[in-house]
Amino acid sequence: MEKRALKLSVNGQEYEVFIHPKTLLVEVIRDHLGFTGTKRGCETVSCGACTVLVNGASVKSCSVLAVQVEGMEVTTVEGLEQDGKLSPIQKAFLDNGSYQCGFCTPGMLMSATAFLKENEGREVTEHEIREGIEGNICRCTGYNSIVRAIDAVAKGTYKEE
Amino acid sequence: MSTEIKELKYSTFKTNIKYSVINTKVHNVDGIAKVTGRAQYTFDIKLPGMLYGKILRSPHPHARIINIDTTRAMELPGVKAVVTGKDTLGIKQGIWRRYEELCDEQILPLEKVRYIGEPVAAVAAVTEEIAEQALDLIDVEYEVLPAVFEPLDAIKKDAPVIHEGVERNVNVTRHIEWGDVDEAFAEAEKNGGYIREDWFRCSGQHHMCMETRAAVSSYTPEGKLTVWASTQSAYYTQALIAGVLGMREGDVRVIATYVGGGFGGKFELDAAMFCSAVLSKKLCKPVKIVFTREEDMIASKRRTPMYYYVRTAMSRDGQLLARESRMFSNGGAYTGMGATALYLSGFFHSFPYKWKAYRYDGYRVYTNTMPSTSMRGFGAPQAMFCSEQQIEWMCADLGLDPYEVRRKNAHTECYEVPGQAFIQSCGMTECIDKIEQWAKSKGDLGPNRAIGISSCGFMSGGIFNWFDSPYSFSSAVVTINIDGTVELHVGCQDIGQGSNTTMAIIAAETLGVKVEDIKVHSGDTDHCPADLGAWGSRQTLMAGNAVKMACEDAKRQLLEFAYAEMGLNIVYDLDIKDRWVHVIARPERGMKYEDLVRKAIRAKDGQRIVGRGYYTPHRKGMISPAYSYMMQAVDAEIDPETGKIKVHEIMTAHDCGQPINPLGLVGQLEGAASMALGYAYLEDLPMDEGKLLNPNLVDYKVIRAPEMPKTGMIDIETYEAEGPYGAKEAGEGLTNPTAAALGNAIFHALGIQMKELPLTPERILRALREKKEKEANK
Repeated sequence: MEKRALKLSVNGQEYEVFIHPKTLLVEVIRDHLGFTGTKRGCETVSCGACTVLVNGASVKSCSVLAVQVEGMEVTTVEGLEQDGKLSPIQKAFLDNGSYQCGFCTPGMLMSATAFLKENEGREVTEHEIREGIEGNICRCTGYNSIVRAIDAVAKGTYKEE
Repeated sequence: MSTEIKELKYSTFKTNIKYSVINTKVHNVDGIAKVTGRAQYTFDIKLPGMLYGKILRSPHPHARIINIDTTRAMELPGVKAVVTGKDTLGIKQGIWRRYEELCDEQILPLEKVRYIGEPVAAVAAVTEEIAEQALDLIDVEYEVLPAVFEPLDAIKKDAPVIHEGVERNVNVTRHIEWGDVDEAFAEAEKNGGYIREDWFRCSGQHHMCMETRAAVSSYTPEGKLTVWASTQSAYYTQALIAGVLGMREGDVRVIATYVGGGFGGKFELDAAMFCSAVLSKKLCKPVKIVFTREEDMIASKRRTPMYYYVRTAMSRDGQLLARESRMFSNGGAYTGMGATALYLSGFFHSFPYKWKAYRYDGYRVYTNTMPSTSMRGFGAPQAMFCSEQQIEWMCADLGLDPYEVRRKNAHTECYEVPGQAFIQSCGMTECIDKIEQWAKSKGDLGPNRAIGISSCGFMSGGIFNWFDSPYSFSSAVVTINIDGTVELHVGCQDIGQGSNTTMAIIAAETLGVKVEDIKVHSGDTDHCPADLGAWGSRQTLMAGNAVKMACEDAKRQLLEFAYAEMGLNIVYDLDIKDRWVHVIARPERGMKYEDLVRKAIRAKDGQRIVGRGYYTPHRKGMISPAYSYMMQAVDAEIDPETGKIKVHEIMTAHDCGQPINPLGLVGQLEGAASMALGYAYLEDLPMDEGKLLNPNLVDYKVIRAPEMPKTGMIDIETYEAEGPYGAKEAGEGLTNPTAAALGNAIFHALGIQMKELPLTPERILRALREKKEKEANK
């Protein structure tokens, strides 16, 4: 297959990349565009370290081809802050110590962001929060501090600035 | 939600000091970098002209390398170099540098491979894909040798020889003994005491760091090498790489700013570091190697699988009289850190009880499997699984209260483990009291559900120096700038456990400034002092002491100037708190810290204020300068139809001395609980003829968010005189009690005794079946 040009939007910015059609979205994000906040921790779509948002929904970026998101809006961890201001979930992660080594954190933040968006305006249970991040492995924290952070944002403790 | 922290002040050596920074809630100093994606891991490093490396691995568990032909691979366009053992100095290396016979691993071996996945060649190419393709073009001729996979087979007389000259494949032995064990058993028998013996089998576990092993090496024509490495000790990595490449340590720079997890698996030299360095040195180009998850699982390291024989004598009223244990561990193909695990497992197997007579014989046996090494808890989780379950069963056999028996035999402050260790602070009894209260307050839990307990302790850093470091165990340099900001250079390694934040807190407290005034520099051997790094729960105590000393040195220089400046009567004492330099007796009398710094630097002919500190333990016995203590209770329900476990809650009463960073402490507790629960009932490394059957995250199960139970901590505060501000370890020890406590919960819920890890549904159902058959035969 021939290489081809692909247009996509990442964190609100239009990009054009020249790629082989089998290139994964995570490869475009990390290797072509240099957004290295997004990580990879496996080859089996198991760990969630590469989670990004595609049109607002969480997607493991190792599980889709870049060409599949042509013309769509991709958000990575770098896109969570606005003009240097952290998003509510980023602040909640800081306050709750919801990260240790930090390698799973970008993917975890994206899953949490999608979960909070999907459940905006309704009360969520602890179990729902846990299921919302089931696809993300964290080997350091034991998840409970992450659950507390998501719960705090869901309860409106943090406001968008 | 989930974790409630109940504070219960208990103090062995009472202090009434009010701290400004210590034990207050602060954000991690690298938190913003981590939640915004700015933190750059080795995995993220990209240098101009960088090549990508891949490693060819052995498909055989044991084979002689007859020939390696790299011609076809070299012809592939884009391939820049292919190296084998012949391109190396052929040096056998190991982290136990003091003992030549334990330096037994040649990464890229010349003669033979000893486990499936062992590296035999490495390629550097312009892309990862080309490097991968080139691996298929390397022709290796092997002579397959008979292999052996289990320690109890490998120790037999006629077993295949894995390392020439090593009799019965016994790699290391460890004997620990005090008191007259034989006489104590004979006496127990004579006096009608109860003697019980059991065999246990403890499985391996993979560290499963989210960042797999990764390294970028860049050798330049000046003869200098820079290695970005995912390591737990930049200094160890520097020294080991220099050793195998025949370079001077000072010509090798190791950078490890952010590390995606370690857990004991990342402080030996690994093939990513070694092969990238060899390739880079050959090409004078940067070379990056990142292990795939599968490579990381089949060919890195793992928690040591252990077979334990435990024989214990207890008097009818619950006095522990004597113990003798023998342990055979599956060492895998090489020594690594496994020799330390062998020792510590045997020592902590005695914890936390006052045995009058104790004997442990440990045998670490080579097999043709991936090497085993240290992993969070360092041999103690296995030791506790055996010890704490057996004691629980003996209490049940004798109709004794398990809390009372543990209390009766527990370590207390100022106790000497004969010939081994001196215990200074110890809150064990209080831990037992609090967990007993908590468990009893839960009342009747219903059928198939029970609380299991386990007590244990752990070290705050090891005293042993098998690495033969000529440097102090920990060092720190603190520099105060003209505006009062502080540069803190430490060698301790932050691998996510938060040591940079701990050091910033200790520095801020000591200097009397705020955490945001401190910039911590770590993970760079060019700019930071040498330090043994992150292992054995050592950094809070050892690096913390070095930081405290460095800051006291700097502060003394400042206060000397302040005395003169303020024209004080010499009977007055000065201090700095919250950036206010003041007379202790009259806190309102003083000056601003920033003003003092400006003047003091001018008075020093423009020199910045520099303080130095270091720590090496002396006269603290053979193991550690201080010990944490804890009791953990696991509330679990087991479905007797399916054997499935549901853990409702984990409660831990914990004595880590003075907590330094409360958020970090909760993080350690919860993180250890998830890793230890995984070890207890989920994680395993099954092999068939040395081949790992689950080398991926689909088949290897770890705890995910929905399974993680509620966790709680009861903080038993003691003051440890050897630790900075009274602090002890809080990182690894919390991994020790969980498997044993869950085993005890299963025992009380279903009346079955589990002697093999992990506690899978199959094993639970088998034990239930055996129990039924036994009862039917009665």
